[in-house]
Amino acid sequence: MIVKGMVIIMADVLLDVQHLTHFFKINKNITIKAVDDISFQIRKGEIFGLVGESGSGKSTAARCIMNVYRPVSGKVIYKGINTCDPVEFRQNKKLLQTSRQFIFQDSTSSLNGRMKVEDIIAEPMQIHHVRPKRGTLRSEAEFQLYYVGLDKSYLDKYPYELSGGMRQRVAIARALSMEPELLVADEPIAALDVSIQAQIINLFKHLQKEHGFSILFIAHDLAVVKYLCDRVGVMYHGRLVEVAPTEELFENPKHPYTKALLSAIPVPDPRLERVKGAVN
Amino acid sequence: MKELLEIKNLSVSFNTLKGEIQAVRDVSLSLHEGEVLAIVGESGCGKSVLCKSIMKLLHDNAYIKSGSIIVDGVDITHYGRKDMERLRGRVFSMVFQDPMTSLNPTIPIGEQIAEAVRVHNPKMKKAEVYERVISMMDLVGIPDAEDRYKLYPYSFSGGMRQRSVMAIALASEPKILLADEPTTSLDVTIQAQILDLLKSLQKKLLTATILVSHDLGVVSRVADRVAVMYAGKIVELGTVEDIFYEPRHPYTWGLMRSLPSLAKKGQELYTIPGMPPTLINPPKGDAFACRNEYALAIDYEEMPPMFKISDTHYAATWLLDERAPKIAPPVGSIR
Repeated sequence: MIVKGMVIIMADVLLDVQHLTHFFKINKNITIKAVDDISFQIRKGEIFGLVGESGSGKSTAARCIMNVYRPVSGKVIYKGINTCDPVEFRQNKKLLQTSRQFIFQDSTSSLNGRMKVEDIIAEPMQIHHVRPKRGTLRSEAEFQLYYVGLDKSYLDKYPYELSGGMRQRVAIARALSMEPELLVADEPIAALDVSIQAQIINLFKHLQKEHGFSILFIAHDLAVVKYLCDRVGVMYHGRLVEVAPTEELFENPKHPYTKALLSAIPVPDPRLERVKGAVN
Repeated sequence: MKELLEIKNLSVSFNTLKGEIQAVRDVSLSLHEGEVLAIVGESGCGKSVLCKSIMKLLHDNAYIKSGSIIVDGVDITHYGRKDMERLRGRVFSMVFQDPMTSLNPTIPIGEQIAEAVRVHNPKMKKAEVYERVISMMDLVGIPDAEDRYKLYPYSFSGGMRQRSVMAIALASEPKILLADEPTTSLDVTIQAQILDLLKSLQKKLLTATILVSHDLGVVSRVADRVAVMYAGKIVELGTVEDIFYEPRHPYTWGLMRSLPSLAKKGQELYTIPGMPPTLINPPKGDAFACRNEYALAIDYEEMPPMFKISDTHYAATWLLDERAPKIAPPVGSIR
C-alpha cells in the first residue's frame, strides 16, 4: 500500500530536481559553487517559489533546469526524462522545448528590437512547426495578446514603443503561445511598478487556476511570493536551506537565514516599522 | 522647525520633437530641518525630475516654466551653473539609484571619497583628508576602512557600493540629501541595512532628506512625511500616519490596494485600471479621473485644488469638497 501511495505521489510530480550542482570556473584556483546540491520537486499545477538574495544561485538553478547550462552533476527529471543527459534530451527535444518555457527578468533584452510584436509571439510556432489553432499565425498572436490583456493594435508595434509592463506581457504571451506545462519565470516582475506588478501577478494566478500551469517562480520580493506561491524554497549561498508550504514558511521559519529574510521585508505599516527599527 | 527648502508652484517642462512634456506641474512642497520627506508614485510621474530640477541636473531641453525654489530663504530658481556649483555638496547632495554607474571604476573607493572631501576643503592637508575619509567610511558602516581605502568598486558588493556613494554624498556635510531610489537595485536584507543606516545617519547629522521611492514598504520604514505624485502633480501630502492609515485620495487607495503584502491569499489583487496619461497633452481636469472608479463629473472638467484635511494632511481630489458624495475609503483599516 505504501509503495502504491508513493507511486501516486511520484506521478503527480512534473519536475524533479535531484542533487543539482553547478560550478563556475573563474580561473585555475577559484571555482564558484553557484548551485550546490539542491533537490526539490514541482507538482502539477503548482506555483513553486524560489527566493534568496542576489548571487544565491536562483537564476543559475533555473538555467540548469531549462538546459541553458549543463549542470556539473545531478539530475533534472521532467516527466520522466532526464533532461541533463544529452542523448535523452535529443530524443525528446521537441517535447522539452515546447512544453517548457522561460520568462526572463529583463524584458527589454529578451525581445528582439527589430521584430514586431506579432512576429515575436508567432516565432516559437514557426520554429517548432506548430500549426496555429486559430487559423493564421496573426490570429493566434492576437489571441495570445488578448489573453495577457493587450488588444490587437499592439500587433504591429515594436518593443521600443511599449512600456515595461507591456513588454513583459509580450514576453509572457510568447511563452504561452506554445501552451507549455511548465513555466520558469526568472524575476518577471522585479523591474515593474507597483500597479503593473499587481496586473502580472493576477495573470500568473489566473494561468495557474484556469489552465493548471506549473510555474517555477523566482523572486526576491517575499510579499509577492507569499501571495502567489503554494510552496517556497529558500536559497542561500547556492544551497537550498528550507523548503516548505508558504503558510508554514511564513509563520514558522526554521532556518536562521529565512528568519533574517522575513524580518528584513519592509511592511507598508509605519507603526510596525517603527517598532522594528527600535528593536534593531 | 526651520524650513530648509521650499518649492512654490514649480512647473518643469521638456522640449521634445513631439512637443512639450510637462513633467512636473504646479508642485508645492516644503522640507523642514531634520526630516525625511518621501516622494512616491509610478515610474514616469515626475519624481526624479522634481529632484533633479532642485539640483539643476536636468538636460538642456528641460526648463523651469514657472514657480520658485527657495533654499534657506534664498531664491535659487534662476541660478546658473557657477552659482549651483557652490551650492552642490555644501547645501545638497544626491544619491542615485545605481551605485555602479555613479562610481568611477578606475579609481579606488578611498580616493573617490577623498576627492569629495578635497573639493569642499581645498586647504586640508593630505593626512587630514585621509583621516576624514576613514572616519566617513566608518560612519557609513564600511568595516576595515583602512584596508578597503585602496580597493576598486568592482571588489565591493552592491550594498557596500551604495554605502560608499553615501559617504561621498555626506563628505561635504550637506544640509539636504536627495536620495533617488537608493535601494531599488539592492536585496531585501541589504536594503534593510541601508535604510537603517539612512535613518541613523539622519538622526546623527540632522540632514534633511528627500527620499524618492516607489516601494511603499521602504517609505513606511524611514519617512516622516509622504508626498504622493501622479502625472507630475502632488495628489496627496501628509505625515506617514496620515497617508498609511487615513489615505484620502483615490490614487493612494489604488496604490495601497495593489500591494500583495496587504492582500489576502486567494483574493484577486486590485489593479488600477488603464495607463497613466502621457504628459505631452495632459487632460484638462484631474489626470487620474479616467482611471478612478470614484470619479465625479467635475473631475473631467476642472483640476481639484489641494483640500486641507488637517494641519499636516492635504489631498487634491473633489471627493473632499463638501458637495461631494461621502465615500467610505476601501483602505485605511490596516491598523
